[in-house]
Amino acid sequence: MRDVAVIGIGIQRWGELWERSLRDLWVEAALGAIEDAGVDHIDSMYVGAMTPGLFAGQEHLSSLLADYLGITPVPATRVESACASGGMAMRAGFIEIAGGFSDIVLVSGVEKMTDVDGAGATYALATAADGDYEVYNGVTFPGLYAMMAQDYMHRFGLTREELAAVPVKSHANGALNPHAQFQRPTSIEGVINSVMVADPLTIMDCSPITDGAAAAILCPLEMAQDFAKGRPIIKVTGVGAATDTIALHDRADLSTLNATVVAGKRAYEMAGVGPEDVDFAEVHDCFSIAEVIVTEDLGFFEKGTGGKAAAAGDTALTGKKPINTSGGLKSKGHPVGATGIGQIHELVTQLRGEAGKRQLKNPRRGLAQNMGGSGGSAVVHILEVV
Amino acid sequence: MASVPGYWRERAQRYRYKGNKCKETGKVFFPPRRTANPFAGSTMEPYTLATTGEVLTYTIIRVPPSQFVDEAPYAVAVCEMDGGGRITAQLVDCPFEDIKIGMRVRIEFRRIQEDSHAGILMYGYKVVPE
Repeated sequence: MRDVAVIGIGIQRWGELWERSLRDLWVEAALGAIEDAGVDHIDSMYVGAMTPGLFAGQEHLSSLLADYLGITPVPATRVESACASGGMAMRAGFIEIAGGFSDIVLVSGVEKMTDVDGAGATYALATAADGDYEVYNGVTFPGLYAMMAQDYMHRFGLTREELAAVPVKSHANGALNPHAQFQRPTSIEGVINSVMVADPLTIMDCSPITDGAAAAILCPLEMAQDFAKGRPIIKVTGVGAATDTIALHDRADLSTLNATVVAGKRAYEMAGVGPEDVDFAEVHDCFSIAEVIVTEDLGFFEKGTGGKAAAAGDTALTGKKPINTSGGLKSKGHPVGATGIGQIHELVTQLRGEAGKRQLKNPRRGLAQNMGGSGGSAVVHILEVV
Repeated sequence: MASVPGYWRERAQRYRYKGNKCKETGKVFFPPRRTANPFAGSTMEPYTLATTGEVLTYTIIRVPPSQFVDEAPYAVAVCEMDGGGRITAQLVDCPFEDIKIGMRVRIEFRRIQEDSHAGILMYGYKVVPE
């Protein structure tokens, strides 16, 4: 197996981008990554997208996007694993290079979510849950995570105020990120007193509807020096993916996201490191409670202590384990198929020392965790400066 | 845009709570599955969910999907039925403030959705306090 490096990244400011189409968004991010890497061709590409058919009336993104980037006839494949589509596209590109099949691979994600109204977006997102046995009975995605939150708060004594510390921290970071959808801070009172969506989660516990794309260029590590241009070389040292039951109700423990546990273990084992060796992480905070549970399931905090750690400031930019320096899904935005690649974008930006006001002090190793639905799929990547 | 055959196909689960059970492990599946372990030749036997059980967790849906707009706000719960098997269902006929983790509930057959004014009516299970 060949070692793999990330040599280029591209993105735009995410948000409600009424003037740009799905293809506009994706081509912008892809061109950014190509320019950043300085490559003169692409051997193959992957695009993560959850449901462009329902969101934008468009499938067959492989052809559409290769065409509008002007790189036909390169092979292109769309990867789908709900909100983990982007991370899974990254993994597919990694495997293609590691296996010696291609050298220069464009991995990417996109979602154009605002061409449908709120009901249309709710319907499209709900297709990531169990249609016949969850959605049929009236449960929504915020509802599923709210039920995790009720279970977690009941068992571990997490308070509403402590949980609110997660979005407050996300917004504080996002306020420093020029690519974030919401570049403004919020407060504990602002979170708790906003509109209730599914008890105990308010709208400020929930990631938004977002248009956006992100892209990265991967190549064999042995070729990465040619594209470094004086920047640190960033190696993908760990990759792990796993699945869990589609329905929340079938989980033995409603406050554990086992796909994330297993994907994390696989990535740590491959990288030869443990959670204590990770300097910072981008995790899938589709809802505030998800960040709490995921930071435990990745081994950063003991089960039942993740929320208290966030409330104590341990996950802030200045904390001992900075989480979601980009602002996370909550503040940076959550264009579902693009989110996993957006996380890779943030890891590379931090590892290069290009994160501006939110830059961490000399980070060497970062972790990205992306998951689908109520946690039915998850993918973890570890990136390191070599 | 409800699928009539899709609704009809699930009638044994929605009307009669039919699942199955792995003979080797005793684990209950709802809806029924072909296999519990594709490599060990698990034997599945029919099993009907008990109509009583308890609430494992719950929430109040205040921002509903379009087909439930007239019912919001409403409670949903994950319930573990006596003897095994879990469902996600609406918890009705109970003031929100009385809903607790661990409370006893019982399944009732209720109307769940309607497909606009001219489409099919869709039924299934909700839970109420026992």
